[in-house]
Amino acid sequence: MSDPERSEQHRKWHQQLRITLWTLIIPPTAWAAHFLFSYLWAAISCAKTGRFATFPVLFVGGTVMALLVILFSGWLAWHKERTPGDPPPHEDSTEVDRLRFLGKATLLLAGLSFVGVVFTALPVIFIGDCQ
Amino acid sequence: MILLAGCNAHQSTLAPFGEEARSTYWLTVTLGIGALLIAVLVGTLAWRAAHSPGNALDHRQGMRLILWLGAVFPTVVLTALLLFALPEMRPLPSQPGDLTIRVDGEQFWWRVQYESGRGEPLIGANEVRIPVGRPVVFQLAAKDVIHSFWIPGLAGKMDMIPGRTNRLIVKAEKTGRFRGVCAEFCGLSHALMAFDVVAMEPSAFDAWLVAARTPAAVARGRTRGAALFADYGCNACHAVRGTEHDARIGPDLSRYGARTSLGAGTLPPTTGNTATFIRDADAVKPGARMPSYPMMPEDEAHAIAAWLKELK
Repeated sequence: MSDPERSEQHRKWHQQLRITLWTLIIPPTAWAAHFLFSYLWAAISCAKTGRFATFPVLFVGGTVMALLVILFSGWLAWHKERTPGDPPPHEDSTEVDRLRFLGKATLLLAGLSFVGVVFTALPVIFIGDCQ
Repeated sequence: MILLAGCNAHQSTLAPFGEEARSTYWLTVTLGIGALLIAVLVGTLAWRAAHSPGNALDHRQGMRLILWLGAVFPTVVLTALLLFALPEMRPLPSQPGDLTIRVDGEQFWWRVQYESGRGEPLIGANEVRIPVGRPVVFQLAAKDVIHSFWIPGLAGKMDMIPGRTNRLIVKAEKTGRFRGVCAEFCGLSHALMAFDVVAMEPSAFDAWLVAARTPAAVARGRTRGAALFADYGCNACHAVRGTEHDARIGPDLSRYGARTSLGAGTLPPTTGNTATFIRDADAVKPGARMPSYPMMPEDEAHAIAAWLKELK
């Protein structure tokens, strides 16, 4: 086994994860899914029970899950974005610039999506009315 | 001067007389002051930026400024506002025994029914009376098109949708005479679809509710106006308690004499205006469902109007 292969095996698990254009859309997708989930949850639980749940376990669980996905995606992006390289703009067609650009863009999207999920969840929890 | 025309105490969100409208008012004041402070902050920053020498901030400092003032600060402010405003959007608490008033929006008037829990509800039109300090549950519906029930000084607006009953819970805090309007375009006379709101002391309200169920003595009288009312077929659409007239198509006229407006907030309810309305409702309220009676002599319209004015 050559040295580079051995060092590849010893890299931390998260360093083996790649970020691509697909991982870039994970945070906004989680936000969109949570948005849809909020409406579906409110409609179905109100239709089934006729009143708003005293403590909406499923909704809080779904929200926490969406936030965790976004946090993980943001944390990973933050790691990749710290790859050593030139200051922005990251516009050269090199592997480092590609990583740093995708990392920064994913990190910013994760921040926006996190706030978006919180702002979607707060009305559901605070209004607590089925009408 | 144009702005001053908006100042009034009986139909304004800035003159609240109910719990919900009061909290909305303070939210508006808070937002106004906050917006002013932010405008001053942005103006100051812009002025400083314009008067600073070039390259006063390096790239890192610039990015940090954008992060804190462009992302973190607005997020914190919006979260705080959301946490402040959301609890205000909850419906007020109510109990099963609370006074329930059903209001139906119709082109272009309001059918008002005070549910009593037992027996027939008390039916009125174009005037809503509520007791101060007690929660009141409005059940809002519509017969023809979408209307919107809005008493600006009392609470937010609520749509009235055909086939659906919406609930609006209010609590008045001050006695007085106020005004509500239709807040959803509903036809030619949408702008002439208003109603009077009377907030009363609870004891006065209870007494009024009992008195309102008692038919006016004059209703049974054999006056010329009463006879003409039946002769012209007014009773095909209008009800008057205490008589055999019990049609439910148009507004109930049982207490017409106590009303403070004619044609759902359109005109002062004088005998002359009432007679004009009877002969040509469409001229006063375009699109109104009430037919015109151009063949009716003026003195006969006056006789009917005079009889209606005595129904208190």
